[in-house]
Amino acid sequence: MGDIADVQAAVAEAFRSEWGRVVAYLIRVTGQWDLAEECAQDAFTKALERWPRDGIPTSPAGWLKTTARNRAVDRIRREKAGDAKLREAAMSALGDEESRFDDNGIGDDRLRLMFTCCHPALPVEAQVALTLRTLAGLTTSEIARAFMVPTETMAKRLVRAKGKIRDAAVPYRVPPAHQLPNRLMAVLAVIYALFNEGYSASAGADLVRQNLCAEAIRLGRLLVELMPDEPEALGLLSMMMLHDARRPARVDAAGDLVTLEDQDRRLWDIAAIGEATAVLDDAVRLRRQGPYQLQAAIATCHAAAPTAADTDWAEIADLYRRLAEMVPSPVVALNRAVAVAMADGPEAGLLIVEKLEQSGVLADYHLLPATRADLLRRLGRNQQAEIAYRRALDLAPTDAERRYLAKRLAEV
Amino acid sequence: MRYALLICHDETKVVGTDPARTQAFAAFEDEMTARAVLVGGERLRPTTSATTVRVRDGDMVIADGPFAETKEQIAGFYIVDCEDLDGAIEIAAKIPAACYGSIEVRPVWEI
Repeated sequence: MGDIADVQAAVAEAFRSEWGRVVAYLIRVTGQWDLAEECAQDAFTKALERWPRDGIPTSPAGWLKTTARNRAVDRIRREKAGDAKLREAAMSALGDEESRFDDNGIGDDRLRLMFTCCHPALPVEAQVALTLRTLAGLTTSEIARAFMVPTETMAKRLVRAKGKIRDAAVPYRVPPAHQLPNRLMAVLAVIYALFNEGYSASAGADLVRQNLCAEAIRLGRLLVELMPDEPEALGLLSMMMLHDARRPARVDAAGDLVTLEDQDRRLWDIAAIGEATAVLDDAVRLRRQGPYQLQAAIATCHAAAPTAADTDWAEIADLYRRLAEMVPSPVVALNRAVAVAMADGPEAGLLIVEKLEQSGVLADYHLLPATRADLLRRLGRNQQAEIAYRRALDLAPTDAERRYLAKRLAEV
Repeated sequence: MRYALLICHDETKVVGTDPARTQAFAAFEDEMTARAVLVGGERLRPTTSATTVRVRDGDMVIADGPFAETKEQIAGFYIVDCEDLDGAIEIAAKIPAACYGSIEVRPVWEI
């Protein structure tokens, strides 16, 4: 007999650590996504009933897996409709508990699940939603809330994606070596998208939405655990942890965004920064550079500076230069301009900004004139700065950003 | 698992026959035949030769042209038999037309 609160905590804990594992296993052996989710759900419901009475099992993971499997056997046995041959195959796979068909030297079903959820043949928003549903165990309505769409819309999105996986035979496996680099990038992109979605949520936003950062970091950890030799997976995890460590300082009492320069660095999570730095060190030791590692390295430079004035801008400018070579994106170039301006003076940064303006690619991006305005202001060219601030104000998408720009405009 | 690989391209840009293109398609078909994945396939004449037939309330309506006026039209198809979608995608990417048009991969509705 356990204390009810203890048992509930144990079930919640088991849910976090075992949900994805149980679902991933059942999908592999039954090939049926809905059945897998429903049987996993049943097993956790049963745990809530049984564990208070019988005590918490010595192996909660084993108990859950067995219970879910038995439930699946039951369900398939009673199923009248469907392909008899498929049913037989599922039954025999379920009977043989230790069946571990492993085609790639990577035995964990959760990794197969991750790659299937993030298959590029599925729409990106469905990849994200499927990952949250099957691996993180969020309910459809939680995912809908996190992405601010009606539950019905999200439910349809999930049904459609699962239908495509079934009808088009999207494989359930870790891709072979020649496809792995590209496909891993797709998995990383989904985890990063999840993180960004949570990171852009304001402090007042729905808790589920804010929790997306924690879910993304959890998935990042899982991926690193399953593929410890992938430097970009480590790089992404490190970068997410570094950004997340700054969260307490990112928003002021009024709910406005605080720029990195003005953040109270005492609020940063030192322990998380330490761990993230160690994760990045692991990545660097593997000696295969990549964009996530570079971004994590940039974030480390910021995290390592006790005050904004101590920031190693020369190093950051150099990291952005390398990043720009790898990812030829105008946004990266703009960030590089800011770093160069800090390292070598505003004129040097302005040169890059002007080149970007001439290319016309970021014509409607408010941060381009905003950056130009800041650099002009620092050069004392206030009249030109004012024009650029006004242009940025016209383009700024959110009130918080307009307030920030208006404040700066009033200063010139 | 069988898939239809529908070859779509801009008919105004890809016209007639071109020896290099013909050769590329022949090489593709040879490779897929050797791998025993090619079930069938044909090149189709342009939509200028298409006729669309509909029967509504028992009346047949015949119209000139394809069923939909789009920039890219179906120019041919292959039926392949392979393990899963990744296999079909890999084959689709090898169709010479993938480099100038697009290939729609559609699973066959097996009964």
